[in-house]
Amino acid sequence: MKLWKSWVIATKDFSTFREKKNTIYPLIVLPLLFSIGLPILIGRIGNVIEGIGNLIKVIGLPILITGSSSNDITVLLNSFSFFYIMFAFILPSTLASYSILGEKIEKSLEPLLATPITDTELLLGKIITSFLPCVAIIYFSAVIFMVLSDAVTYNTIGYLFFPNWNMAIILLLAVPLVSILSIQLNVIISSRVSDVRTTTQLGLLLFLPFIGLYIFLETSIISLNIINLLGIFVILFVVVAVIFSISKAIIQRDKIITKRG
Amino acid sequence: MIDVENLTRKFGDITAVDKLTFHIGEGEVFGFLGPNGAGKTTTMRMLSCLISKTSGKARIAGYDVSDETDSLKIRKIIGLLPENNGLYDDLTAYKNLDFYGKLYECSKTQRKENIEYFLKLLGLWDKRDVLAGTFSKGMKQKLAIARSLIHEPEILFLDEPTANLDPESSKTVRDFIIDLKKEKKTIFLNTHNLDEAQRICDKIGIFNTKLMVIGSPEELEDSILEKKTAIQLKEVNDKILKALGNLSLRNLTIDNNKLIIDVVNPENENPIIVDAIVSAGGKVQYMTQINSTLEDVYLKFVRGKK
Repeated sequence: MKLWKSWVIATKDFSTFREKKNTIYPLIVLPLLFSIGLPILIGRIGNVIEGIGNLIKVIGLPILITGSSSNDITVLLNSFSFFYIMFAFILPSTLASYSILGEKIEKSLEPLLATPITDTELLLGKIITSFLPCVAIIYFSAVIFMVLSDAVTYNTIGYLFFPNWNMAIILLLAVPLVSILSIQLNVIISSRVSDVRTTTQLGLLLFLPFIGLYIFLETSIISLNIINLLGIFVILFVVVAVIFSISKAIIQRDKIITKRG
Repeated sequence: MIDVENLTRKFGDITAVDKLTFHIGEGEVFGFLGPNGAGKTTTMRMLSCLISKTSGKARIAGYDVSDETDSLKIRKIIGLLPENNGLYDDLTAYKNLDFYGKLYECSKTQRKENIEYFLKLLGLWDKRDVLAGTFSKGMKQKLAIARSLIHEPEILFLDEPTANLDPESSKTVRDFIIDLKKEKKTIFLNTHNLDEAQRICDKIGIFNTKLMVIGSPEELEDSILEKKTAIQLKEVNDKILKALGNLSLRNLTIDNNKLIIDVVNPENENPIIVDAIVSAGGKVQYMTQINSTLEDVYLKFVRGKK
């Protein structure tokens, strides 16, 4: 396998992204809004947290927003940290769906597959294409989130909440793995279907386990501690490895070329 | 250079290519003629290692298309111009070619030289920094041809290279293919443009799921036994028609005092026909032989026209 060929494919895609601003801008806006908006919200409505906690208790969720407001804030910050795992699934899906499907739509797949590249080199190239920009956006947003959160919560909790081990595991282990998983799944889907809507809808279905995980965390069925995060990381690692090994069998150039509708 | 034996491709129950067998020598231009949906593109895709075969054998320059290692070698020595140009609209003409040059493992110098050479040759050098998406159909097709040649392939697969082009662009592309022929490139040309095939190809195969006939354009034209004799008379009357009726002609049509008669052996039959006309008082103004054309051959095999 010649890794440089995957990089050539990725750099070509990066060049085309420059002309597809409508695809890229929403990817940047969502995490940035979140990363700037939530710390501001925490700073402004610290006194409302107890009210939110009460409301959640009323609807039956045993969320741990009780006691002092500094505890409430740390619980919220931890909870918000998980959102970056969700971003890691959501953001690359748009680019990944487009990666193979875009080539299909532009009918550029045939000359591309006629070049001396292997399916693995192509797949890896498409993973890099979606992975690097999305992870860069997530890291950039997370830095903003951490700095702003520390700035608005320091006076209340008396120390800098970020960086911490939880966030380190989320950003350095979970985010890359979830991104790769999302990309793999979306590339597989987009190689088998021929319209963007179907890819997006199927991609959203794959997002459901993460919603479930978030609910488990919020309802304290699982807590977001280092042990659990490492457990999630190991499971993700195994899933990603398995999917990568079977993806070559799933993504067959024969089917990509002949499946038009 | 290209050896195909009983090559078959099925999609479920549908057979797209059925036991195709042919040989194309080095430097030959092979025209693959057939109607839409005949399986021409499927054949080209199998030969360029894009899709697998169901059965049969195909070798390109000695390499087996169904062998994974060989297929990479094949893809290095072939250039493909698919039916849809498949250019990246968001990349400039130069970057489109440079991207493919890299994937074909051309050195930086080779890429630079070849891009400049082909873009100048095809009149696109001034547009090298313009996005391909803004190009006209003809310009895109020229750029796609340059892309298929960027790595100096030995064999070219061209799928309908002049389809949907205006006459001027078609001529430019056709002339360019003729130039490639002079460079002794082996060319596999999918087309349903008979005139194009006749002008460019050394060998033609007429195909409609199965290979109906193969040969040089001249051989194909001669392969039709039925020829036509056209005789312009001063006047056609019942007496002449009655005399001709006695000859048991295969087919006779009359168009404005011109008789068009199907003949198998004009050298033997024409004098007898003329004698009959003259004996019946007819006056022959002129007489010509209408040879069968590639179109006749094509229609005979594809539509079953007699």
